[in-house]
Amino acid sequence: MELPEKLAELVNDFKLVSDKNERMDMLIFYAEDFEEVPQEIATRPFPEDKRVPACESEAYVWSELQDGKMKFYFAVENPQGISAKAMAAILDETVSGSSPEEVAKLSPDVVYELFGKNLSMGKSAGLTSLVSVVKGHAVKAISESSN
Amino acid sequence: MTENKFTSYANSDILVSTQWVADNLDKFSSDSADPEYRLVESNEDPLLYRSGHIPGAIEIDWTEDLNDPVTRDYIQKEAFQELLRSKGIGPNTTVVFYGDKNNWWSSYALWVFQLFGFDQVKLMDGGRIKWELEDRELTKEVPSYPTTEFVANERNDAPIRAFRDDVLTHIESSLPLVDVRSPEEYRGERLHIPGKPNEGALRGGHIPGARSIPWSSAANDDGSFKPVEELEELYVNQNNLERDKQTITYCRIGERSSHSWFVLKYLLGFENVRNYDGSWTEYGNLVGVPIENPSV
Repeated sequence: MELPEKLAELVNDFKLVSDKNERMDMLIFYAEDFEEVPQEIATRPFPEDKRVPACESEAYVWSELQDGKMKFYFAVENPQGISAKAMAAILDETVSGSSPEEVAKLSPDVVYELFGKNLSMGKSAGLTSLVSVVKGHAVKAISESSN
Repeated sequence: MTENKFTSYANSDILVSTQWVADNLDKFSSDSADPEYRLVESNEDPLLYRSGHIPGAIEIDWTEDLNDPVTRDYIQKEAFQELLRSKGIGPNTTVVFYGDKNNWWSSYALWVFQLFGFDQVKLMDGGRIKWELEDRELTKEVPSYPTTEFVANERNDAPIRAFRDDVLTHIESSLPLVDVRSPEEYRGERLHIPGKPNEGALRGGHIPGARSIPWSSAANDDGSFKPVEELEELYVNQNNLERDKQTITYCRIGERSSHSWFVLKYLLGFENVRNYDGSWTEYGNLVGVPIENPSV
């Protein structure tokens, strides 16, 4: 699976950790590092068109393109949506600052590389949708720049 | 252990309050090989327990611990026995469950325990949501308890679990079914509702004759159960369900319907209520079965 470079490196780091609990603690570390969208970008109530479909943790995604680099912002309204926060924090750390072409290499399957395969159907649908929305922002930025 | 609300339910001791749990934390962390109580957290979100849980609580992961890894089914006796032994649950232990999502997954775990006849169970009213709203203590410390000599019964699904053939017989006998999904899903307008995952059914609608009583009708905003009078009004008076009639609950994958199963069986005292865990992800994919879809 081709992925944005920094995310591919992170996936490799996760592969080195065989202990499930240790992997979960790594994900929790990211979740605790989660930073919510700053007020300059968005304030509540957040617009529905920024909401991630199929995500029960009520996640939102915003992006900016500056000097050819993308910056992503996230909100997760469910206080118990810790997996969504972890995924959002990982995406921010690994693809914010990259070109739209690099971000567009995202694959929703990265969710299983990070979280393992035993997610509930609902949880995997929400997390893969979050990745797809971020990828969609990049694809849109590419198509707008070519118009 | 009981709040005034609890004493009016058909089973007045099936629920414990967050306050009772907080007052009895030492009971859950006993080092006995046959402790009086263990506290078990069961969530949908696999990270939640390790990110912080009630002190002394152990985790039972519904997906990894209770499901067969290959077949769409639950574990068998040997695996259940080994699981409970390793978690420090003894022959005389009462297990208090709680979890995320308004106790959906902990109700589901409690239901799976009952497949093995393990009926020393209780549910913490309100689950994680209420505990967190009350700003109560959470810890990351994962406890380890002595292995026990717990001996499991054989699994006996029939009393509380319905399979698809049971459902088809149920329809023919015009017996009541309760669809606990959203009204939009029930009406077949959507295979899934916006903001919720599509969990893979090829057809929309509901099982013929099923009443629509969304699971959330039984819960308050803080995740706790509504008082018995309101539950009685909803299930019995408005929807004409009868305590002595065989009743089947279903949703999409069986977790929300475990919540409603719990309400009917324990809070309202229905005598014969089964959860159809195949639910819409099975029924909505079956070839040739009857479906009602008012939107078509």
